[in-house]
Amino acid sequence: MSSASPLPRSPTLLGADRSDRIYRSLLTAIAFALPGLIVIILGVLFIEALPALKRFGPSFLWTSTWDPVAEVYGAAPMIFGTFASSLLALLIAVPLALSVAIFLTEFSPRWLRQPVAFLVELLAAIPSVVYGTWGIFVLIPFLRAHVVPPLKAVFGWTPFLQGVFYGNSLLAGGIILAIMIVPYIAAVSREVLLAVPTSQREAALAMGATRWEAVRSAVLPYGRAGLIGAVILGLGRALGETMAVTMLIGNRHDIALSLLQPAYTMAAAIANEFSEATTGMYQSALMEVGLILFVLTVAVNAVARILIWRVARGAAVGSKAL
Amino acid sequence: MVASANTRLQLETAHLTALFGQHRAVRDVSLLFPAHTVTAIIGPSGCGKSTLLRCLNRMHELTPGASVTGEVLLDDVNIYAGDVSPIELRRRVGMVFQRPTPFPTMSIYDNVAAGLRVNGRRPRAEMDDAVARALQQAALWDEVKDRLHASALDLSGGQQQRLCIARAVAPQPEILLLDEPTASLDPAGTQRIEELCHALKRLYTIVIVTHNMQQAARVSDYTAFMYLGSLIEVGRTDELFTKPKLEQTEAYITGRFG
Amino acid sequence: MTGRALRRHITSRVMTVLVIALSFTAVLALVLILGNLVLKGASSIDWAFFTKSPVPAGQSGGGVANAIVGTGIIVGVAALIGVPLGVGAGIYLAEYGSGRLGFLVRFVADVLNGTPSIVIGIVGWTFIVKPSGHFSALAGSVALAILMIPMLARTTEEMVRLVPHSLREAALALGYPRWRTSLKIVARTALGGIVTGCLVGIARIAGETAPLLFTALGNLNFSVHVTQPMQALSLQIYVYATGPFEDWHRLAWASALVLMGLVLIISLLARWVTRQRYGSIR
Repeated sequence: MSSASPLPRSPTLLGADRSDRIYRSLLTAIAFALPGLIVIILGVLFIEALPALKRFGPSFLWTSTWDPVAEVYGAAPMIFGTFASSLLALLIAVPLALSVAIFLTEFSPRWLRQPVAFLVELLAAIPSVVYGTWGIFVLIPFLRAHVVPPLKAVFGWTPFLQGVFYGNSLLAGGIILAIMIVPYIAAVSREVLLAVPTSQREAALAMGATRWEAVRSAVLPYGRAGLIGAVILGLGRALGETMAVTMLIGNRHDIALSLLQPAYTMAAAIANEFSEATTGMYQSALMEVGLILFVLTVAVNAVARILIWRVARGAAVGSKAL
Repeated sequence: MVASANTRLQLETAHLTALFGQHRAVRDVSLLFPAHTVTAIIGPSGCGKSTLLRCLNRMHELTPGASVTGEVLLDDVNIYAGDVSPIELRRRVGMVFQRPTPFPTMSIYDNVAAGLRVNGRRPRAEMDDAVARALQQAALWDEVKDRLHASALDLSGGQQQRLCIARAVAPQPEILLLDEPTASLDPAGTQRIEELCHALKRLYTIVIVTHNMQQAARVSDYTAFMYLGSLIEVGRTDELFTKPKLEQTEAYITGRFG
Repeated sequence: MTGRALRRHITSRVMTVLVIALSFTAVLALVLILGNLVLKGASSIDWAFFTKSPVPAGQSGGGVANAIVGTGIIVGVAALIGVPLGVGAGIYLAEYGSGRLGFLVRFVADVLNGTPSIVIGIVGWTFIVKPSGHFSALAGSVALAILMIPMLARTTEEMVRLVPHSLREAALALGYPRWRTSLKIVARTALGGIVTGCLVGIARIAGETAPLLFTALGNLNFSVHVTQPMQALSLQIYVYATGPFEDWHRLAWASALVLMGLVLIISLLARWVTRQRYGSIR
């Protein structure tokens, strides 16, 4: 056996493991492209926004004039519109999304889980511009015919439903946003709820709780931080969502309390006006809008992630859905 | 110096201490593993026997925070010397683990060839011979010779473990380390592995870690008993099991603790 | 049953029904959207739709062949850039990411995952379009790749971490260098999951519009030059849906159906790959 051993082998134990070091350095370099990216994005936006930052200072945030001819810019209407549409969306989406998550983890028969989860995943896969198209041709006519008249009949006296329904409006934008963020919130919440140990449920059930009571008193409190994280993640999505909102919200630099009036969001303003921005100051103002939007969404996402990590211990919860 | 399998190759540890952070899992162990013998390391769970084994091919240091003092001499070369490559070392010291670890994406053939390929390309015929030889040594050849290109996961647990032995011996190492190789096998699978130990010591110096004293008694020439990280007693297996020198050893092999 | 128990029982019932009702409302929305898409889209699709480029505004007929090819090219180039970087970062996180630097990279990836794509669009414009002086498909691909990287990094990491540690040890004990263990054994074993992650990422960027508005820009003509403006399905839908012509609206629905179909096919492919993977690892 041994005499017939032609296998060459390295004669000594010596040898450097240089290839390992090269491999590790290469991967490290690639990985650090990510923090690099965030720095670059911030840097680019800041430098490009600098003229506007210098000219308008902090009043950019609370003044409402947006006049490219006079070169005076204030972003208050779009900041207002961004938050208003996102909050409206959350108001509608959160009960729906949490219901889906609770249904899928707690109440659904086993055979229904996969199909429903798949449908929700599919909802997340629909491109924004397709939602926008659907919104223009289906949602707005539907709102005009079947939703706005009864709403006005009942709540018409409130400041939120004043004026004529324009079609493209805060209401339309908020609803399309709601439909769009339901799958995100649902997917992340579902994973958070799945991470709740079965023993939590069983302990509650063993003490004679009904199934709903087990959910309310054991499951939801355990996953609370993660669920809040999921909602905030949805908020982050809504704040930055561009195309569908641009197509539906009406794009008017105005602060109106009425949901029926057109409004604007930061993302929509950039999408809509960036190619028209021929002067340096106009462009710079839009870059500043981008900077505000970026910092805002990064902050919102960071908070959401920290909350979710607390429950899911660093797992990439929801990264498939997002 | 081309080491071939029939050199009187020696493996020994000298004042070897293995640490996880501050915890000393192996304490000042000096032990000789004579060539072409089977040495069993026994002792209760957590006595450091697996850690000692993992020091012999420098797998121990892969655990974060792990470190080693003292020496492990392979043919009088300290494998912990600064210029020794753990990769080269591991090609000369094969290892088989508690649970079978066939590479799931590879066929039976490719699993056995894996350790050879990492040493560089070879002509096809030579590779075929080496794979067949390794499978024969692992007593698996007759069972798989007609389906060498089937997935390794199609094999039973016992067959998978023998496949892992074939994979470990294919590059013709000098030392073979077995870390409780029968822990996850049924009695029939266990018996086959034990028979293999007898057959393979002709070719390799074998170190086997086991918590099963009957197994140690059946397969080994020498037995070392460890407790709380220290080497308590070492001797010829028949002597250690029939007339242990120390009371602790006797207590353990008669089943009074552990 | 006492009154209290009865009330508890009823509350429980009501909440359960409510949860189920709301869930079905959410799912209903999807069914409605997909239904509309298929109904309105399918009736507008004919052969010319796939083979012709758009005709001038106001005329009827024409197709979106240029946009279909454009989406393919822009997304393909984006994947060429994004996949190696995203997967590489993911392997880094799984192999070496246990320390504080790994935590930072992981956190940044998660945060970047939610960055508004329009912001990436204007950054891409500043970085590539502005210095080069013209819009280009390549700029669009870079923007899409940036969107893809953080997502791929996290899914790859997850998949690589699923590979049992014992396989890594077995390879190292055979004398595999770490890099070879990492690529040939660990990443190879996780390949199905990594491919799934890549496909899901590609499906997501294929539908993106905002990052392309100021980079690839759009193009009425058929073009395959990555240094020139190029049309994409998503851009085309935006223009058609917001335009004034009846015929454009028809084309918008048809294009939306095609884009959705494309996304759906890639998603289903991803699921299929996942199933294959579980078939092989067991």
